[in-house]
Amino acid sequence: MAYVAVKGGERAISNAHALLEEARRGDPSVPELLVDQVREQLSLSVDRVMAEGSCYDRDLAALAIKQSAGDVAEATFLMRAYRTTLPRFGFSKPVETAAMAVRRRISAAFKDIPGGQVLGATFDYTHRLLDFKLAAEGADPVAPAPQALEPMVHPLPTISSVFSHENLLEQEARIDGDDEPFDLTREPMSFPAGRDQRLQALARGDEGFLLSLAYSSQRGWGSTHPLCGEIRMGEVPVEFIPDELGFPIEIADITLTECIMLSGFAGSAERAPQYTRGYGLTFGHNERKTMSMAIVDRALRARELGEEVDAPCQDEEFVLYHSDNVEASGFVQHLKLPHYVDFQADLLFLRKLRAEFFDRKAAAEAITALQMEPAE
Amino acid sequence: MNAQSNDAALTATSNSPERYYTYGYLDEQTKRMIRRAILKAVAIPGYQVPFGSREMPVPYGWGTGGIQLTAAIIGPDDVYKCIDQGADDTTNAVSIRRFFAKVADVATTEDTAEATIIQSRHRIPEHPLKDGQIMVFQVPQPEPLRGLEPREMETRAMHAYEEYGLQYVSLYENVSAFGRIAATAGYPVMVDERYLMSPSPIPKFDNPKLHNSQALMLFGAGREKRIYAIPPHTTVRSLDFEDYPFETQKWEESCALCAADDSYLDEVVLDDQGQRMFVCSDSHYCSDRRAQGLRGPMAGHELVDIDKDAGQ
Repeated sequence: MAYVAVKGGERAISNAHALLEEARRGDPSVPELLVDQVREQLSLSVDRVMAEGSCYDRDLAALAIKQSAGDVAEATFLMRAYRTTLPRFGFSKPVETAAMAVRRRISAAFKDIPGGQVLGATFDYTHRLLDFKLAAEGADPVAPAPQALEPMVHPLPTISSVFSHENLLEQEARIDGDDEPFDLTREPMSFPAGRDQRLQALARGDEGFLLSLAYSSQRGWGSTHPLCGEIRMGEVPVEFIPDELGFPIEIADITLTECIMLSGFAGSAERAPQYTRGYGLTFGHNERKTMSMAIVDRALRARELGEEVDAPCQDEEFVLYHSDNVEASGFVQHLKLPHYVDFQADLLFLRKLRAEFFDRKAAAEAITALQMEPAE
Repeated sequence: MNAQSNDAALTATSNSPERYYTYGYLDEQTKRMIRRAILKAVAIPGYQVPFGSREMPVPYGWGTGGIQLTAAIIGPDDVYKCIDQGADDTTNAVSIRRFFAKVADVATTEDTAEATIIQSRHRIPEHPLKDGQIMVFQVPQPEPLRGLEPREMETRAMHAYEEYGLQYVSLYENVSAFGRIAATAGYPVMVDERYLMSPSPIPKFDNPKLHNSQALMLFGAGREKRIYAIPPHTTVRSLDFEDYPFETQKWEESCALCAADDSYLDEVVLDDQGQRMFVCSDSHYCSDRRAQGLRGPMAGHELVDIDKDAGQ
């Protein structure tokens, strides 16, 4: 059979894009998905795209999910490519998660914790049985969940406040609100990485990658013996100081998930033994990601705490250079681009090596044949 | 997605409500930041300058570094050529050329001599470059030592101390294993006798074109966030040993379409019975020679028509 030489061309590209549009829409007899529906009913996908896309906008994230036919990594890329075109006005004041309007808060460290355990909307303790009622059209409207009889404590005390009188847990690392934080979207990665750079990279990082790294740490590849001090999810106000005003104004309420992992520290000559913390924070409701981030953050502090660095999750160049799925996805998939010029160079080299191999073999066989010749 | 509305967003006249992006796509502050990185790169030939690489509307690994360089230097008077694997009609080259035709209202060409900016992946055109032209290379991995040392902190120190022993040991290991230096593309070079540099994955066939070039050579690695440069008339030496001198690829065949025996050839598989033809990788060089009436043994082959079709 004859092969068709693959050559590009504008027509091929635009036809492929028309086909993509058609594939994205699917069967036209099924009503088109609205962006509102994605935003309201696929809210956890929206949260993941906002977090990894580093852009807090539920409507744009929903649009990106629709446009990418539900491919979350592709949607993240769309968000990033849009975000990069926006002007940067400055940086907000640090958000106060202690003052969060909490929707969910749990601590695994204590049976009860001041303010109580607040389960909120969670998959935890559900039985993972497919609910075929959801597949039926025109299902009954969802009944409203029962309301608590009394309002929640606000502000809800944090795990830090529980420990504060004993100094069992290291102090929160607080940065001065006026110090401009490192910004990976403006500056390239540099090493050794500061805490701000590390946390930003992890907050933007791929959930799957961080999950597996955290898991590897739990299984002994750089274990930090983590204990879930606190997870909280809810709304916090964002404050910004415009140059022309000189005082902070509230510009938004955003949903955040925060996790503090406790991890033992044996102490040193200078420092008393105490719990250290690993920190996770993401946009939206991203519990799996936030917990993974907290474990990996703590693992990456190995050098700072004088621990041995021998596992992948403790190696900051390894972790921070490979956690971004927009970079990773682009580079892995660039292998689809033609490489025939390099391949031709490689082929020439391999053919030369093979020719030499067979020459040597033939020469060796000729010598063996001569030696085998019966002496006369 | 919707081609028409996207066009409006990129090309509508400045300040009109449909225009959501600046001229050349990047905002002016970003362009200035990139130009400053370019100036530093030109001032220190072969040194990798870190820069605040932006997310682009094409994926990392697909030319984001080259696109950012071009976006920072292009103006309405430029004539832009974009090639991939030496050819103007490869899909990604077409896509990037369309991008700049759209966002920079710039004239495009396939003619190497006519272009003021030539963006390329994996090749340097055969036609010698001249004073005033700028080559923009798309670079997947700017660090020539990365294959030998994965850590950035280490490799930066090695460049700072001009400590390139590891590279020579690796070449020596090649010689003992294969009887020759094994690098075939992305063959490491020494720039201005100071910085070891990756020429990007161009075949070593193209390395001599870097030496004392009349054109400015700019290299952009978007994902790795590095820019480096070879200014015109700079010494560029491909690494070798006295007894194992640097040499370029050679073919027994000449181009089947234009009979060139001095160009880099691609092997085109014609069937699964082992039949193949060799044609110029530089599509413009080849068509130019055919236009001059030069004919190879398979001149008039359907591949010529495919070239024409793609240009439509």
